[in-house]
Amino acid sequence: MTEWIELGSVTAIPPRGARCVNTPSGKIAVFRTAEDQVYAIENRCPHKGGPLSEGIVHGASVTCPLHNWVFDLATGEAQGADEGHVQTYPVKVDGGVIYIAPDVLMQMAAE
Amino acid sequence: MEKLVVIGAGMASGRALEHIFEEAPGRFDVTLFGAEPRGNYNRLMLSPVLAGEKAYEQIITHDAEWYREHGVQTRFGETVTGIDRARKVVISAGGETPYDKLIVATGSAPFIIPLPGKDLPGVMAFRDLDDVNRMVEVSKRTGSKAVVIGGGLLGLEAAAALNARGMEVVVLHLMGHVMERQLDPAAGYLLQRDLEARGIKVHCKAQTKAILGEERVEAVALEDGTVYGADIVVMAVGIRPETRIAVDAGLHVERGIVVNDQMVTSDPDVLALGECVEHEKIVYGLVAPLYDQAKILAKTLAKVDAAFRPVQTATQLKVTGVSVYSAGDFADAEDREEIVLRDANSGIYKRIVLKEDRVIGAVLYGETADGPWFFDMIRKGTDTRDMRATLIFGQAYQGGAALDPMAAVAALPDDAEICGCNGVCKSAITGTIASKGLTDLDGVRAHTKASASCGSCTHLVEKLMAITLGDSYNPAAVKPMCPCTEHDHGTVRRLIVAKELKSIPAIMQELEWKTSCGCAKCRPALNYYLVAEWPGEYEDDNQSRFINERVHANIQKDGTYSVVPRMWGGMTNPKELRAIADVADKFAIPAVKVTGGQRIDLLGVKKEDLPGVWADLNAAGMVSGAAYAKGLRTVKTCVGSDWCRFGTQDSTGLGVRLEKFMWGAWTPAKVKLAVSGCPRNCAEATCKDIGVICVDSGYDIQFAGAAGLDIKGTELLCHADTEDEALEIIVALTQLYREQGHYLERIYKWAKRVGNDSIKAAVVDDLDKRKLYYDRFVYAQQFAQVDPWEERVNGKDAHEFAAMAEFGLPVAAE
Repeated sequence: MTEWIELGSVTAIPPRGARCVNTPSGKIAVFRTAEDQVYAIENRCPHKGGPLSEGIVHGASVTCPLHNWVFDLATGEAQGADEGHVQTYPVKVDGGVIYIAPDVLMQMAAE
Repeated sequence: MEKLVVIGAGMASGRALEHIFEEAPGRFDVTLFGAEPRGNYNRLMLSPVLAGEKAYEQIITHDAEWYREHGVQTRFGETVTGIDRARKVVISAGGETPYDKLIVATGSAPFIIPLPGKDLPGVMAFRDLDDVNRMVEVSKRTGSKAVVIGGGLLGLEAAAALNARGMEVVVLHLMGHVMERQLDPAAGYLLQRDLEARGIKVHCKAQTKAILGEERVEAVALEDGTVYGADIVVMAVGIRPETRIAVDAGLHVERGIVVNDQMVTSDPDVLALGECVEHEKIVYGLVAPLYDQAKILAKTLAKVDAAFRPVQTATQLKVTGVSVYSAGDFADAEDREEIVLRDANSGIYKRIVLKEDRVIGAVLYGETADGPWFFDMIRKGTDTRDMRATLIFGQAYQGGAALDPMAAVAALPDDAEICGCNGVCKSAITGTIASKGLTDLDGVRAHTKASASCGSCTHLVEKLMAITLGDSYNPAAVKPMCPCTEHDHGTVRRLIVAKELKSIPAIMQELEWKTSCGCAKCRPALNYYLVAEWPGEYEDDNQSRFINERVHANIQKDGTYSVVPRMWGGMTNPKELRAIADVADKFAIPAVKVTGGQRIDLLGVKKEDLPGVWADLNAAGMVSGAAYAKGLRTVKTCVGSDWCRFGTQDSTGLGVRLEKFMWGAWTPAKVKLAVSGCPRNCAEATCKDIGVICVDSGYDIQFAGAAGLDIKGTELLCHADTEDEALEIIVALTQLYREQGHYLERIYKWAKRVGNDSIKAAVVDDLDKRKLYYDRFVYAQQFAQVDPWEERVNGKDAHEFAAMAEFGLPVAAE
């Protein structure tokens, strides 16, 4: 298994914000919470395809900018009355730098 | 008209004037003197103001508008120094004012115990707004300490409020338990325990010896040797009728100014009411009997027969989170019986005192919903023999009725008093709801005055509304702004000002948000409230804005954006059009459309292209049209007198001027304007948030229209003679809306909620107020009129427009 892949510094993402990582088969949204926890999910709402990285981040959740679905960033589950799930990806922070699991990118490249 | 002079602008005289204008309209030419430099306000609500739960503006009972409407000449801040009854004039710094009838309503003065040190700076009473302001000032210093002398109603309200302000508070009380005039020892103990749980130290049987200090107050010493440090000492030991001026004038004065049943003093042309009078040897200090006096006095002046009768009163303590109710006489005596219920775990104590099977007194602590029911029995002398066994459990347990608080209220007799302050009975409320078609609490307050004074009967009024209106009463309309909080929008806005909260974390901490970081509903609202309230101080929180306002373009269903540059008043020129065409070509923008607001929309712009598109538009002199903003959108115009044969004014010019003046302003929801050059109204101004219809004589200013989810024609705000005046009114109106509107509440909804009259009073009738709102808008604009596109072209928020990392093959087209 290869090394974890560096995405960039935690500070490149504003607190309570998100940025995208472009891959051959789509965008991964990388989130930073108010408490500097970092999460990565698929940048696509299962409802109507809304770009989740553009949503408002609150706690460890994000609200989709198109129709206000709310997702738990850790589990990818839709909250409240809505039912749906977004793919989550393992990330880790080491020394202020965000890394994503290598198999994620390999898997996405293979799709 | 007869000349009526009123000395004292307190709650009793304010209410009396209302009744006088009802009973005898047009009969009196009124001059109102007040020692405080302000008009009548609700003194009962000073405690919530001191606690920061209400703002002074919210407790004003009569504003400048009201006085003007009724032709009252106000002489506030001017103390009356004498009355010459022989010549029928009152004497003040401003000279002599003649009267035909005189009302003395000088109220009461706080009693200051003649202790050593009582004159030191920092020793104060708790009587008027100036006292409140002084206390608030000191409370702002961290770790500041207050000693309140007096554990009665007023002293405890002051102590709780100062404690809420973060001060260290000690209450010194001479008697064995607090509020001994209203509570028995058991209830006093519970109250003391609850106050101490909040961190207020209560020292009973405290004999104060001296107030210590050099330059200003430093400490209070007791006879038993205890010394408490103090930055302020609040004397709340009682009041005495303020009768000096009446004594000097030779009126009959005992403890108070003596009046007969008609509220007339020993001089037939001098009437008196309020805390300064004595009726059948009783001096009243609670508001309900004073309001009764006001009614009688007005009738006497209107030459209608009426007589003041002594009234029973009930008391509630206005301390948030503490429920105490007491009424009648609850002292122990041979011929009395009592029924007591205690529940130690939930801190409930109820005691009913009976004499000859009739309730004569009640003390309720912890659960006070049955207070009015017991009070009703006290007043009526109801025979309780049939319900003796269940009496103490309250109304819900009588006659087998269900244990439903609704049923309890429904079962109250029609003449049961609901609002003690204003003497409003049940049928008056239910009747008015039906006859006026009222659907919300504010409406009921406005029309019946029920729950409009101290507010402690609000829950009863709400239940009555639910019973009367059934399912159509929707208290949810005033419920939390989102699941993160218990507060509604209005409360949050008010507390942001009252508590000077200047950041989102501060609001969430102080107002006890239930989530750590809010949600997508409350954060944008809070961010707007802070932007509107603290211009220049508050730093906009981009992460609390919806994506459109964060990237200054409108997100579309496929994740692309639309870009709309401003076209001032809908005017454009070849250069701008060429630049738009070039941009569309250069960035392969798939759709170009003319909008309903007279400008051009570029649709389908990729996010990463936004800065490039903006740079080119900026270069041609165009700025963001804010088509995405809860803010000023468009000002639609017709060609007006420049071209049109019917045009009466330069509608295009006014539209351009308005847009250039107001662009960049954030508002609770979007604001769309239009200016039509004649009543044919080609700019469709009568369905806009604010519209102007030019006419030959000037400008008719319309507002509160809608053409979206709801369709609604505008309403006429006023007429302006000049363009300058029209601009000032529109700007002031917008600022009032900025300060009062709930987030996402359009102007027509805001106007419906607050009432057109209050809006007219602020921005049309009162020129000083209009100027104030106008100035505040202008001040805020200096921070708001920055083109967001230019900022981002120059590198601001660059992270928004570029990916964090790229991997593998180029991204496939989505």
